[in-house]
Amino acid sequence: MDNDRVDQIIDKHNGEASSLIQVLLEIQSEHHWLPKSALERVGERLQVPRTRILHIATFYKAFSLVPKGRHEINVCMGTACHVRGAGRVLDVIEDVIGIKPGETDLELKFSLETVNCLGCCALGPVLEIDGTTHGKMAPGETADVLLNYE
Amino acid sequence: MSEILLEIDGQKVKAKTGMTVLEAAKAAGIRIPTLCYHEKLEPYGGCRLCIVELGAGERKKIVVSCVYLAEEGLVVTTRSEKIDRIRRTIIELYLAHAPDAFELLELAKEYGADRDRFAKEASFCVHCGLCVRYCAEVKKKFAVGFVDRGTRKEISFVPEIAAEECWDCKECFPLCPTEALQAAFVLMRALSL
Amino acid sequence: MAKINSPVELEEFRKAILNRRDPDKSCITLCSGSACNASGSAAVARCLEEEIEKQGLSESVEIRKTGCHGFCERGPIIVNNPGGVCYLQIQPEDVPEIISETAKEKRVIDRLLYTDPESGEKITHEGDIPFYKNQQRMVFGPNLSIDPKSIDDYLAIDGYAALSKALTGMSDIEVLEEVKKSNLRGRGGGGFPAGQKWEGSRNAAGEAKYVIVNADEGDPGAYMDRAILEGNPHSILEGLTLGAYAIGAHEGYVYVRQEYPLAVENLLLAIEKAEEYGFLGKNILGTGFDFKVIVHQGAGAFVCGESTALMTALEGRVGEPRPKYVRSNIKGLWNQPSVLNNVETWANVPLIINKGADWFTQFGTEGSKGTKIFSLVGKITNTGLVEVPMGTTLKDIIYKIGGGIPGGKKFKAVQTGGPSGGCIPENLLDLEVGFDELTKAGSMMGSGGMIVLDEDTCMVDVARYFIEFLTDESCGKCTPCREGLRQMLRILTNITEGRGQEGDLELLETLAETATEAALCALGKSAPNPFLSTLRYFRDEYVAHIEEKRCPALSCKELINFYIDPEKCRGCGSCLRKCPADAIIGGKKLIHIVDQDKCTKCGTCFDACPDKFAAVTKLSGVPVPAAVPEEERTIKKSK
Repeated sequence: MDNDRVDQIIDKHNGEASSLIQVLLEIQSEHHWLPKSALERVGERLQVPRTRILHIATFYKAFSLVPKGRHEINVCMGTACHVRGAGRVLDVIEDVIGIKPGETDLELKFSLETVNCLGCCALGPVLEIDGTTHGKMAPGETADVLLNYE
Repeated sequence: MSEILLEIDGQKVKAKTGMTVLEAAKAAGIRIPTLCYHEKLEPYGGCRLCIVELGAGERKKIVVSCVYLAEEGLVVTTRSEKIDRIRRTIIELYLAHAPDAFELLELAKEYGADRDRFAKEASFCVHCGLCVRYCAEVKKKFAVGFVDRGTRKEISFVPEIAAEECWDCKECFPLCPTEALQAAFVLMRALSL
Repeated sequence: MAKINSPVELEEFRKAILNRRDPDKSCITLCSGSACNASGSAAVARCLEEEIEKQGLSESVEIRKTGCHGFCERGPIIVNNPGGVCYLQIQPEDVPEIISETAKEKRVIDRLLYTDPESGEKITHEGDIPFYKNQQRMVFGPNLSIDPKSIDDYLAIDGYAALSKALTGMSDIEVLEEVKKSNLRGRGGGGFPAGQKWEGSRNAAGEAKYVIVNADEGDPGAYMDRAILEGNPHSILEGLTLGAYAIGAHEGYVYVRQEYPLAVENLLLAIEKAEEYGFLGKNILGTGFDFKVIVHQGAGAFVCGESTALMTALEGRVGEPRPKYVRSNIKGLWNQPSVLNNVETWANVPLIINKGADWFTQFGTEGSKGTKIFSLVGKITNTGLVEVPMGTTLKDIIYKIGGGIPGGKKFKAVQTGGPSGGCIPENLLDLEVGFDELTKAGSMMGSGGMIVLDEDTCMVDVARYFIEFLTDESCGKCTPCREGLRQMLRILTNITEGRGQEGDLELLETLAETATEAALCALGKSAPNPFLSTLRYFRDEYVAHIEEKRCPALSCKELINFYIDPEKCRGCGSCLRKCPADAIIGGKKLIHIVDQDKCTKCGTCFDACPDKFAAVTKLSGVPVPAAVPEEERTIKKSK
């Protein structure tokens, strides 16, 4: 992401330091991760120390400081999904794609995350891939769902 | 600044408005253990060792003295069975990180804490934030900060700033309640990347 | 659209909207909340549009996409008006028939109706379905009849009438007094009286005052706030504006979870429309009152639901709770008096102002007035959102509305109050829900999550689950929470994995006391609750794990083994084909065997084994019997 685009986003928020999180969210949603150069630019423009930006970028779950895979898998670990066996679904996914939550595989194909409730409790266990929800997942079927992604 | 009168451990103590209970106690020579407190820094309320009891009987409540402001007529107890028990547990939690830290071992002796009660964690850092806050509030360099949250939270130097500022300063090292080594170690790691 | 400049203009405008509507025109409402979208409501909507066009009915049939109806178990839901015929679990292939039969010919399609599980009778109207019949939908009801993207729909059901009434007919103090009299308590967790909170802010000195909506609904298994945000955003904005008027604020914030994109979208649109119509902005309804609302998205941190952490996050900082002993309604956002209430609390305010505190207080118990929306999930037949008067018993909610436990399983406990709440056992099911009642039982109201657990749920694992959740979400600032939870999680994990030791429970109790007494914020202070309440009611399960290495619910992976009963196996091969770990040895007419070394304990074989055989079993606390020797595995006909 180039500095011009970062500047545009900052300008949209009137360059106010209090909008730091909103600015970072916008960069994240557009770029899927927060490159160092963008963070430096944000720090300069909003007059916020680098330590504060780094704390925010690592404190909140929405941000990533490393590039993400082409497909983002979110496995719901909400209580309803948990008691309906979400843990077993996650086990299968970890087995199939070979990474743990919070990681991205070497080919940058998948990033795996767990989320604390997608609010589709009637459909649990639920997983979400690139924004599409897959409900009532059985561990045995999970691998088949993943095969659909290139 | 007007003067207020409160009672700490049965002793009448004079304090100025705006003073915390901890400051009032210190001024009166009453010792309350702390780890994250530093007179030059804003109260942080992180280590929770400085808990005290307010009031008496049924309505007793526990607060941290480094943040709670002294009030007229306040009745404070700095040691009780319960407070000692909680302090002991907190010290034991710290000892899981830094079992050989001098300051912690002193406290452990005072409160009868067992350094092996909890499973060990391989990190000296007890997250008092003294290095981070001193660098920000006193030195205004922002060379070291916290990253992440919860149990993954740790201190981290910004290499570019550290390379310029840290060698001639190192004022955070002696502040570290566990081992000055911790800050040194993290600093070296940041600079060697 | 020109701004509406007075209450009279508003009423004229409202009349015009209603006059334009033809009550006889066919209108198909389809629930289009996030949960229904996930179960295919977006595809159904597309089909409806295409089919109406195809059958040439664009003039006579309209579609209204509403928010969540609450009966998520049976979504997507369609209600056909006039007449109110309700169809459940609609799939795109049902659409042509719905249009040609019901919308056009007004004929009811029997197979799409709800069938009462007890009587077997078909039920035509949504309101007659037991799930709805036993509810009192004051806050949540409008979701059924409005398109959240249409401000006119909200006006058609008397929207902004409370605002108009308050700004022109009531003084700010009268609004405050009405809310105080209603005894409305915060629906977000603590149950603090809203009126009292407002009064504190009103009387506090400050250069500016703020009102804030806590829409950072983070409790796992709870999504009622999202349903209101998505389905009826104007009700929240109207409530917020009333609060602003009462305390003298001119700026409000909505802190909404970034995980709720549709909620953010509908909310932003609602604000834009309300500004356009003159319900927000300068000189609202021509009364001279100014109020603007800013939406701030969260970035994924449960702790930001804590009021001071939320305010810190609004200021663009890391969401750590403040250690200060001063209430945020006195010194909150930017150190100014700030009233923070959650979504559902604000959505109650227009009702109170419209209908009066006396009307509101007729619902509920002595200490808890009005209704509460619960998110009824887990091992329950009718998963969904339910709104009942305070004082309704847990039994009525779970059995009358929720339809009981599916699969003939036995009820074990209901977990309420989110991660800070607790588990309530069967012998307390007659408990009436209310803030104080739930707290007394060792749990809490929280934001209204209600997770039903059955005999297959391990209570130690439930405690471990919540402690893990909280460890992950702890901000890490104070030691009793950060280090205490780390150690609690370690001990609980050991117990569920068969490494529990004597003394573990005492150690956990010590850590629990340390967090309860000495943690910095409400999150840390209440974090041990899931452990404490399960220990209080299910100590025997802890003891079985620690002393016998046995999980009574047959749920903890490390403590169970899957075993195929050689007497029952008919060699059908279902388990063998589905096992993702190739851990089943078998063949045609052979008794199947689980290779314990390869088994990952995913349970697929257990689910795959046909009910008529039920040969796959779970064992815990006992050794796995030796496998039948290879030469004896042939299944004899006589069996």
